Amino acid sequence: MNLAAGTSPWDLFGYFADHRAAVLHLFWEHVWLSVMPVVLGLAISLPLGYLARRSRWVYAPAVSVTGLLYTIPSLALFLIMPTLLGTRILNPLNVVAALTVYTVALLVRVVADGLGAVPDDVAQSATAMGLTRTQRLRRVELPLAVPVIAAGLRVATVANMSLVAIAGTIGIPELGQLFITGFQLSVNGPYYPPILLGILLCVLLALVLDVLIVLGARLLTPWQRVTAAR
Amino acid sequence: MNDNVFVWLNDPQNWAGTRFTAGIVDQIVAHLWYTVIGLVIAFVIGFPLGLVLGHSGRAGWLVSLANGLRSLPAVGLLILLYVVVSPLITGRGDLVYLVPTEIVLVLLALPAILANTYAGVRNVEPAARDAAHGMGMTERQVLLQVELPNALPLIFSGVRSATLQVIATATIAAYVGLGGLGRFIYDGLASHRFGEMAGGAVLVAALALLVDLTLALVQRYTVSPGVTGRFSRRATRADSRTAAVTEQVASEAATD
Repeated sequence: MNLAAGTSPWDLFGYFADHRAAVLHLFWEHVWLSVMPVVLGLAISLPLGYLARRSRWVYAPAVSVTGLLYTIPSLALFLIMPTLLGTRILNPLNVVAALTVYTVALLVRVVADGLGAVPDDVAQSATAMGLTRTQRLRRVELPLAVPVIAAGLRVATVANMSLVAIAGTIGIPELGQLFITGFQLSVNGPYYPPILLGILLCVLLALVLDVLIVLGARLLTPWQRVTAAR
Repeated sequence: MNDNVFVWLNDPQNWAGTRFTAGIVDQIVAHLWYTVIGLVIAFVIGFPLGLVLGHSGRAGWLVSLANGLRSLPAVGLLILLYVVVSPLITGRGDLVYLVPTEIVLVLLALPAILANTYAGVRNVEPAARDAAHGMGMTERQVLLQVELPNALPLIFSGVRSATLQVIATATIAAYVGLGGLGRFIYDGLASHRFGEMAGGAVLVAALALLVDLTLALVQRYTVSPGVTGRFSRRATRADSRTAAVTEQVASEAATD
């Protein structure tokens, strides 16, 4: 991929114009690598968090094991994954798997605590109205836990954004590659455009995804607007 | 088949190092040094600031600003600072790599320590604070004898998550040329010695777990049992590494 210097060491937009296709390719890779783990992580954490909520015997081990996984530095996890999965070192799937682990580690606790935060009288009135356990979960507890889960998703998404960039240092193509390029081009004096462009795009992406999650949560919880307006 | 994690980790020469190359022991010590320097600086700034701001309840925006730092990608920040700072530092030695790395480490550790100290002091039950005032305690006594002990669990989870982040980022600092355990990862990767690379990864993970475990033990013996509820029957708030994040989630959910 050609990301060579060409413009003056400060011309951010000139650099972008020169390497538009390459930079956009890295950008979409970054999007995929950081969004996919959040989706997978949420899909795994919802049932796991529910189980943890239901039984104390699941909660304690689930929280401590996932907490343990959370301590492993991301670079190490990216490189340990190939051994566990049998993939090659430069396979982007390692990144997806590693970040899914982090997302689950964070969300299981959030989901369990979010479901647990539903007031007792609300849960009881649902039962009194004749809702079965599954109906109560789907129609009462889960919707009420949406704001808490959404907040967890926001934290996970922002964290993933930064962690994906780390995979660039071991050669996986995404926005981290821009930092590496900037580093290599700065051997004979600073060359800022790729580095600044990378940081800018990362922050922008984090911001956009954050807004999307907030909007999604708002759509899922229409009653919150009603109570806020009152 | 000499290129295996276990072979690499079992070779005493890799641990001791040679006259020309640093061994595992040297790199662990170096890694811990980078971590300690960054953490101490961040703590000296963040902890008193968080206490004072939390006690007075002012300048919450400063905490939000610190939290905003979290969305910056650590690698990008590291390389940017390296490119900016390295021409300014002349002379031999590791200083060229160390200075930008430590700046990044402090920037990463500061938000967690500051925000958690602030939130810890803020979240102290008003009744406890009022009672302390009613007993005739001075502001200083209220802060140090009531608010601080009650805030300790949150402060610890802040310090622990900051520590983990610093250890993880110090690993990446090897990419720009610093020592530490990341050296093995990047050197092994560059020269296709995968045993060394995976060995470095395993060592970093083990180091992070051990350091966190140590901090958990310190936490257990410094935080008052009355605060953790360890001796009460509803001991559900056992400490956890994700606690800091969960607290942050809770506070974000509350402000939205």
